[in-house]
Amino acid sequence: MKKISLTKLDEFFAAVAASQNLYLPVDGAKGAEYSLWTEGTVMSKAYNTLRSAKDFFFPQVETLAAFKVNGKNIEVEDVRKETEDFVVFGVRACDAKSFEILDSVYLADPVDSYYASRREHGVIMTLSCKKPTETCFCKAFGIDAANPGGDVSCWMTDSELLLQATTEKGEALLASLSILEEADDNAADSEKEKLQTILDKLPLGNLSTESFGGDKLMALFNSDKWEALSESCLACGTCTFVCPTCQCYDIRDYDTGHGVQRFRCWDSCMYSDFTLCAHGNTRNTQMQRFRQRFMHKLVYYPANNNGVFGCVGCGRCLRSCPISMNIVKVMKALEG
Amino acid sequence: MRPETLIPKIGVVTDIRVDTPDVKTFRVVGLDGKKVFEHIPGQCAMLSVPGVGEGMFSITSSPTNEAFMEFSIKKCGCLTSWLHMMDVGQQITIRGPYGNGFPVESALKGKDLLFIAGGIGLAPLRSVINYVRDKKENYGSVHIIYGSRSADDLVDYQEILNEWQTDENVKVDLTIDRPQEGWDGHVGFIPSFVEELKPDLSRTVLICGPPIMIKFTLDGLKKMGFQESQVYTTMELRMKCAIGKCGRCNIGNKYVCKDGPVFRFDELSTLPNEY
Amino acid sequence: MQEGMVKRASELLADGTVVRVLGWKNGEFVYDPTPAVFESVEALSDFVYNDFCASNLSKYLVALSKKEGKTLVFLKPCDSYSFNQLLTEHRVDREKVYIIGISCDGKVDESKLRAQGAEGVTGIATDGDTITVSTLYGDVQLKKADVIAERCVTCKSKKVVAYDEMMGENGEENPDCGRFDQVAALEAMTPDERFAFWRNELSKCIRCNACRNICPACTCEQCVFDNPKSGISQKAAADSFEENMFHIIRAFHVAGRCTDCGECSRVCPQHIPLHLLNRKFIKEMNECYGEYQAGAEAGSRAPLVNFTQEDCEPSIVYTKEASK
Repeated sequence: MKKISLTKLDEFFAAVAASQNLYLPVDGAKGAEYSLWTEGTVMSKAYNTLRSAKDFFFPQVETLAAFKVNGKNIEVEDVRKETEDFVVFGVRACDAKSFEILDSVYLADPVDSYYASRREHGVIMTLSCKKPTETCFCKAFGIDAANPGGDVSCWMTDSELLLQATTEKGEALLASLSILEEADDNAADSEKEKLQTILDKLPLGNLSTESFGGDKLMALFNSDKWEALSESCLACGTCTFVCPTCQCYDIRDYDTGHGVQRFRCWDSCMYSDFTLCAHGNTRNTQMQRFRQRFMHKLVYYPANNNGVFGCVGCGRCLRSCPISMNIVKVMKALEG
Repeated sequence: MRPETLIPKIGVVTDIRVDTPDVKTFRVVGLDGKKVFEHIPGQCAMLSVPGVGEGMFSITSSPTNEAFMEFSIKKCGCLTSWLHMMDVGQQITIRGPYGNGFPVESALKGKDLLFIAGGIGLAPLRSVINYVRDKKENYGSVHIIYGSRSADDLVDYQEILNEWQTDENVKVDLTIDRPQEGWDGHVGFIPSFVEELKPDLSRTVLICGPPIMIKFTLDGLKKMGFQESQVYTTMELRMKCAIGKCGRCNIGNKYVCKDGPVFRFDELSTLPNEY
Repeated sequence: MQEGMVKRASELLADGTVVRVLGWKNGEFVYDPTPAVFESVEALSDFVYNDFCASNLSKYLVALSKKEGKTLVFLKPCDSYSFNQLLTEHRVDREKVYIIGISCDGKVDESKLRAQGAEGVTGIATDGDTITVSTLYGDVQLKKADVIAERCVTCKSKKVVAYDEMMGENGEENPDCGRFDQVAALEAMTPDERFAFWRNELSKCIRCNACRNICPACTCEQCVFDNPKSGISQKAAADSFEENMFHIIRAFHVAGRCTDCGECSRVCPQHIPLHLLNRKFIKEMNECYGEYQAGAEAGSRAPLVNFTQEDCEPSIVYTKEASK
């Protein structure tokens, strides 16, 4: 384990940022967002960022390819560029876990090269939570907020930042930072304990996942609860877009006037056109669309990924749904 | 840079055949004049016209055709309307092959086969039919029941008349929905036609057509004594990526683009009826 | 108030006046009630009404008034303006709705609680003007006035303008609410400053469409932005300016119809002050054509669809005053 005094935090960030872009949570007027670190940037103390960290690997919009159309002829242009190395600091345990969930989709054969390139060039430095909040329920999905994972796990005591590399990439990054000092391997123990006492008190900490999983597919799909649960859903995509694990995308063409850009963008199963075909739609009601989102996270994803759920309990949807409907309410209703 | 399946290749349309008033069959090769890729019968390709859209189409030619691929496409939405306006020589983009295809080298091998198709539903089955005809030593006899709205809407009609019906290993039964001048064949819907024909219960069935036709035909087959595990179909849902990632063509936890499009009915019956 | 509402709702359900009740259902925490339909007296045990029942229920009536039987709805003053506007546009069937008007002294903005240090909320108790928030990290005492939603601070009217019966005293309009002050502040900026302000705000947009889908004025069966042939249907920006266009076009489309209920800003997960765009339009129309409040009166003609010869021509007459 390595350490650095909090009085030298800026020097530490400067050292990291010397050879690559460094992003960390920064307070804005209405909440924290990841921003590029520059001299003088102050790291946020918020429990987490408004938007998730998935943008770093799966941005909301990206160009896949470009085409030049000339009469009957088409030219395909590969617009991909190798990602530059970057570091994301201050990622919480829940968001770090979300990358694994995205990995099992995007890195599965055939590998998504856009995503893979960013994953290969990004180093995740997680930071153990200080003040988890009432909307946190990562524990329900087996996530240990006190051991946040990533390439480097960090803890902040009152005076020091402690750093523990957990992957080769993490090792390499820490080894390159001569500013760091050696620390006891159990230096973070008291911090972990402190967090644990709070985690034990979280109101949603003991949310049960027992009623969910791939083996309960038909029973949950046919539940009579969906109608009432989805009744007031506005069919917006807020839950989807703030969600760190929502991974569905749309591919569209944009004619710039001097060529066509084929881009992909986040899509939401809550939208009416998600499954719309020229010949019709397989999900005609909002109930079906609503059900799809939760079935995907709680049943379909685990069915295809050894029981791992497609939710990390970050609680963003609890805070941002315009009508306060969310996965916790859905789980409790389906269970009861 | 690693290869990226989402970046398509160029295909050139070298021949366009008008099958019916709303179905055309397009012959596609690569820029080098050769087949763009190899496939298994029942697999699909993503075709696109930049600026118009991209869509999944089943490859209707048999893999045994070494010169080119064919796609029978019904005019239905934006992209297909555009494809129907093309002239020979037009370039499009193509990527694939995608999906599982029919188990021609495993479960179907050595079997007597029954193909039931309605309308454009013949397109994905044509690949299997011609594959089986070309490798007849590996399969039993072939029975094809095909129907459409009218005689004009029968896809691949010339091929059916000149090649399939003249093949001694193949029996073809045709039907159209309503009586029509010049048609002396069977008239009536496919489900009841199948029941009338009383196909041999030992046959493995491959069925494709409009959902309503599939539903009633399957019910009839089951009544006759066919098992769900004997019947295969091929599905079509909205797709964007074709590689099991974009998340919209799922039936339960199965993705039609990757785990399908070919499913056996005993598999489908354990999944939500959302297709 | 909640008790009285449940009592009255139960009566109206029991005597067959209505077949369903549209209200709010208890959430996981005090601050997260969900709009819900109750179809029996027993179901009303989950009915809740508190300082956090902010969502405007009017838009749900578009669908509910197409159903068999009458729906009882509880409308706050601002919701009743939206209801009238929907009525004006023939989007709801008045005969199928029974309205109980409820007075409102402003709703609490949960994010303001958090901004004032109440993070990790486990309970909220209101006692007059004091709100005590129990949190995982100790109790926090706050003045209600300090945590009231921005739109309620500048509340234009505490008067329920459409109802079958009132619960409690009906309030008054408040023309001096100062709701245009922020717009005036934006107008006072140089064009470059203003452009920078909006570019900064709108660049945060994630195109979730929450603002559009909650908006009681946005009731098109299919939105132009959902039409794949419109060329502007991208879910996310194909170029960075398109996001701005989405909001600007939407503001144009609801101009004269927006009642200033403020739901767009409330639901924005990125906290973009979208209502300021709509308020700019309201202010502009008031100055050009005289005071007009959409939804104040059912059936009223909005200035933009009610041409008179005295109307100023903003594109020709440079100063608005000159036209009067």
